[in-house]
Amino acid sequence: MDNVELKHRAANVRKNILRETANAKSGHPGGSLSATDILMVLYFNVMDITPENAGSIDRDRFVLSKGHASPALYAVLAEKGIIPEEELLTFRKMDSRLQGHPNMNTVPGVDMSTGSLGQGLAAADGMALANKLSGNDHRVYVLLGDGECEEGEVWEAAMAAAHYKSDNLCAIVDINGLQIDGATKDVIGPEPLDEKFKAFGWHVIYADGHDYDALNASFAEAKTVKGKPSVIIARTVKGKGVSYMENQAGWHGKAPNEEELQIGLKDLEEE
Amino acid sequence: MARALRDAYGETLMALAAENDKVVALDADLASSTKSISIKKIDPNRFFDMGIAEADMIGHAAGFAASGYIPFVSSFAMFATGRCWEQIRNSVAYPRLNVKICATHAGISVGEDGVSHQATEDIAIMRAIPNMEIYVPCDAAETKALIRHVAETKTPCYVRMGRIAVEDVYPDDKEFDFTKINVLREGSKAVIFATGIMVQAALEAAERLDKEGMPITVVDVCAIKPCDEEGIVNLLQQHKIVFTAEEHSTIGGLGSLVCELAADKCPRKVIRIGLKDKYAESGNYKDLLKKYKLDADGVYDKIRRTFDKEEKEFRYMPFR
Repeated sequence: MDNVELKHRAANVRKNILRETANAKSGHPGGSLSATDILMVLYFNVMDITPENAGSIDRDRFVLSKGHASPALYAVLAEKGIIPEEELLTFRKMDSRLQGHPNMNTVPGVDMSTGSLGQGLAAADGMALANKLSGNDHRVYVLLGDGECEEGEVWEAAMAAAHYKSDNLCAIVDINGLQIDGATKDVIGPEPLDEKFKAFGWHVIYADGHDYDALNASFAEAKTVKGKPSVIIARTVKGKGVSYMENQAGWHGKAPNEEELQIGLKDLEEE
Repeated sequence: MARALRDAYGETLMALAAENDKVVALDADLASSTKSISIKKIDPNRFFDMGIAEADMIGHAAGFAASGYIPFVSSFAMFATGRCWEQIRNSVAYPRLNVKICATHAGISVGEDGVSHQATEDIAIMRAIPNMEIYVPCDAAETKALIRHVAETKTPCYVRMGRIAVEDVYPDDKEFDFTKINVLREGSKAVIFATGIMVQAALEAAERLDKEGMPITVVDVCAIKPCDEEGIVNLLQQHKIVFTAEEHSTIGGLGSLVCELAADKCPRKVIRIGLKDKYAESGNYKDLLKKYKLDADGVYDKIRRTFDKEEKEFRYMPFR
């Protein structure tokens, strides 16, 4: 998909993220908006997922390890035609398929249940090893947050993926620099993440997480790497596209009210 | 004959792997002890040593299960359940992924390694998780049949095995039904529900009590969850005096299970034999089981003393 259309549709996804969280009066808009462009490139340019094969595992798969970005994942699945757009307004409501954090058993296209941080990379590498054992060439993608990389299990899994030479695995770290308690550098300092992944034996790729050309090129490069897993270190802006949310840690887990929603929708109209 | 359950596990895992190419095994640097390494004899590519990283091992197993495989995950019971409880809860049980956690070295009979390695709360923490099935086999024949059973179910399972060799309770050709309890001997004076190595201890104690004119019913409860509610409640109805025996804390395990059923369906006083909210220590396993009253003598004494006390109370009851 060309960049103009991708940008247009990403704006709609971002609007839906605001609508979902505003309607639910809860949820995580900041990290959803920082991850949106990465998800758009994955679902529209990189992975072979379609509404027809969404319920199957015989395709590329995606694990949203930073499960709190569920509003972005659901909005992208709706944009892709895998779930109905109207359903987004059931997000976080009782009896909805769209749980606060993703449930793989209720939503087609959700490939792993996540939400408790640090667990997605291990599951994704398990899928990658299973793909190799089955002899298929499907790829597995997994999106982590930079704050999430403070979890020890991430590095256990990073060690395992390198040891088992999972070159069919591609991780993306959405580095928006913020977590609930403030800037990642002030909270505990997970950086330098690129050096850490390098030291663990990964192929490291750098990209602006909002630049479609850079993301396309990064995913293409990851596909060519043999014998080791790849990680895309994607610098992003938390709250991207919504004036009052950008680079504000306070919008990690807070929903916009009606007035804020309207301002946000207008910001995204002008973008 | 005395056989270690983990040997029975390794043999069955190997047989399953030969029959089904979707069977894989993962271990956390204890594969020679847990015997999960045996799968390598069938196909080295289906064995994954994840190193000393249990949380990551559970995550990988979830990924395998989400890809149509049947991962058998092994480590010592302490680390296979406690170190990664939340990963089991969120990445395996909540999405109901077909992961088989087959842990060995459970209970205090792991011996000299001491408290850090003695899983005595594992049944309790696994029982609390929805979608988890829990089984505690008592001998080699039951283990072999059980490993085949869990390979067939499509749900997350926890299988608890010890380290030591245990005497056979069942003949090798016994046909098991893991939806039912197994009544091993019948007696009218009391019923004892036992699990794991406590089944042998209960049988031995019952033998002695029988000779003293106090026959008791001994039950092997291998399926802790889902359990044979009907079978257990039937026996509660038939017996005034109820015992449970487990190589586990008396909080949250088989004793609690029987108490819950008694409270719900058939009020009974239940005397729970197990570790009374405490840790054990390092030592030879036989000495430990004796000291913590989890051997046949311990079970016998507890039952005998209970009978004597009941009789005394009965004798001195003023308005009988």
